[in-house]
Amino acid sequence: MSEWIEACEVDDVDEEDVIRFDHAGKTFAIYRSPDDEFFATDGLCTHEKVHLADGLVMDDIIECPKHNGRFNYKTGAAKGAPVCVNLQTYPVKVESGKVLVQIG
Amino acid sequence: MTPGMVIVGAGECGARATLALREEGYDGPVTLIGAERHLPYERPPLSKDGMAAEAIGAKVIADAARLLEARIDLMLSSEVVRIDRNARTLALGGGRVIPYDKLLLATGARPRRLPMAEGIGGCVYLRTHDDAEAIRARLRPDAHVAIIGGGFIGLELAAAASMRGCRVTVLETQPRILMRGVPAEIADIIAEAHGRSGVVIRCGVSISEMTADDSTRAVSLVVDGARIEADLCIVGIGAVPNTEIASDSGLAVENGIRVDETMATSDPNIFAAGDCASFPLVIYGGRRVRLEAWRNAQEQGALAARNMLSKGEQHSAVPWFWSDQYDLSMQIAGLVDEGVTTVRREVGADAFILFHLAADGRLVAASGIGPGNAVARDIRLAEMLIARGAKPPGDKLAASDTKLKSLLAA
Ligand SMILES: Cc1cc2nc3c(=O)[nH]c(=O)nc-3n(C[C@H](O)[C@H](O)[C@H](O)COP(=O)(O)OP(=O)(O)OC[C@H]3O[C@@H](n4cnc5c(N)ncnc54)[C@H](O)[C@@H]3O)c2cc1C
Ligand code: FES
Repeated sequence: MSEWIEACEVDDVDEEDVIRFDHAGKTFAIYRSPDDEFFATDGLCTHEKVHLADGLVMDDIIECPKHNGRFNYKTGAAKGAPVCVNLQTYPVKVESGKVLVQIG
Repeated sequence: MTPGMVIVGAGECGARATLALREEGYDGPVTLIGAERHLPYERPPLSKDGMAAEAIGAKVIADAARLLEARIDLMLSSEVVRIDRNARTLALGGGRVIPYDKLLLATGARPRRLPMAEGIGGCVYLRTHDDAEAIRARLRPDAHVAIIGGGFIGLELAAAASMRGCRVTVLETQPRILMRGVPAEIADIIAEAHGRSGVVIRCGVSISEMTADDSTRAVSLVVDGARIEADLCIVGIGAVPNTEIASDSGLAVENGIRVDETMATSDPNIFAAGDCASFPLVIYGGRRVRLEAWRNAQEQGALAARNMLSKGEQHSAVPWFWSDQYDLSMQIAGLVDEGVTTVRREVGADAFILFHLAADGRLVAASGIGPGNAVARDIRLAEMLIARGAKPPGDKLAASDTKLKSLLAA
């Protein structure tokens, strides 16, 4: 069943940045956009399973650290070579300073 | 029906170019012709995880279904032997003639051959998936592997072979490994990692003799006067561009098929891109270079595709390259030899970046190494600073607590 999991504190993520969040044997990436919204995707690039949290966030794009594959972290859409498989995204909400992710 | 767009070479560059034609909305015929028998695949894993793993999985760039969906007419195991520029046709090895409206040459490069190794069956080279399979089959535990050439392919293969339990000796005639384009400080870190893994790296050597046992394919070398026996000898001494069909048809060739900043050759209907092409690097005042780099092949393929559709776009990308050995990843943005001074920035305890600055203070390159992706983000930010022609203050670059992103806003 899908449930809301506490991923981190709001202050753990800088604006226009990303952190890694591991839960139940899976790894996720938690993003804070330049306009201060939170998002979550699978943590590994769909090209070679590299942690996206080591990558660079620019506007609504996360760029993979390994070969610069790009995804829109709000929609999960792959944005061109070398990535062609989209990222799974997850619903996120903020409650009393905590970032919650719905994983299911 | 018009002949449409024809692309020669179904490698990284050619495959990306065909897909880009469709992404740009081109609706006419697209033909992709490749000499290899495989669907377009990525080469970088061949010397890295692919070689170290139990089996070399092919990392396909676009599978048959995707090419079909994009209506790409794919011709594999087909070598173009001649271009007739007046008739605008290509001739295949089997005699078939293929017309084109616009042509992209994405023929890549092939390993430079070592004259001494000609006719010696035990000596192998690595460029293709089939080469990799053949090498992989001979990396038996405890086999002695001699690798001639301390460049990226030789060193990545050395790491993979040692991880597979081989004894490895790297023979380099230059005074150090990675002489071309890599700072000594980074080459030293790579050499130390090889040392820890038991790989012997010998620099400044001279190889005077090479003989082979035809039945076992073992190779015997005389290095600095002393004999070395190897079960397998791999030669990795660079690559030469595949320019013959271009030069035979009278196209200008200058260390690669000569193109302008739009990837057009001296014939306006013919473009060239990727490892086979030499082009003016706009960010360095038009310095003519030929890059052998994966992202460059993608970017130039896509750029050539847009310009085959008359977009008239100029190349503006910063060269970028990476290499993986053991748990280390190195990345370089820009060309290091453009710099005259260097500023070092520590990234955590075991990674660092060197910023290379021109005499006028412009950031022209950045090179870094560390475990995993430790340097990736900062190299990417450096690349953006390089692209802008930024002159970031050296003390800020060196200060680990100054975010490079903040320099971009400046
Ligand atoms: C083992 C290995 C590891 C690498 N690792 C890295 C790395 O870590 N980082 C990095 O940045 N780069 C790396 N590279 C370089 C990168 O793979 C190349 O830059 C890239 O493949 C170039 O793409 P290309 O399409 O221009 O050429 P290629 O990939 O060489 O493709 C050219 C294709 O054209 C075909 N062809 C040639 N002539 C004809 C003809 N007349 N008719 C029909 N077909 C023809 C060839 O058979 C070939 O399939 C590596 C390369 C190798 C070989
Ligand atoms: S691993 Fe992410 S782009 Fe290759």
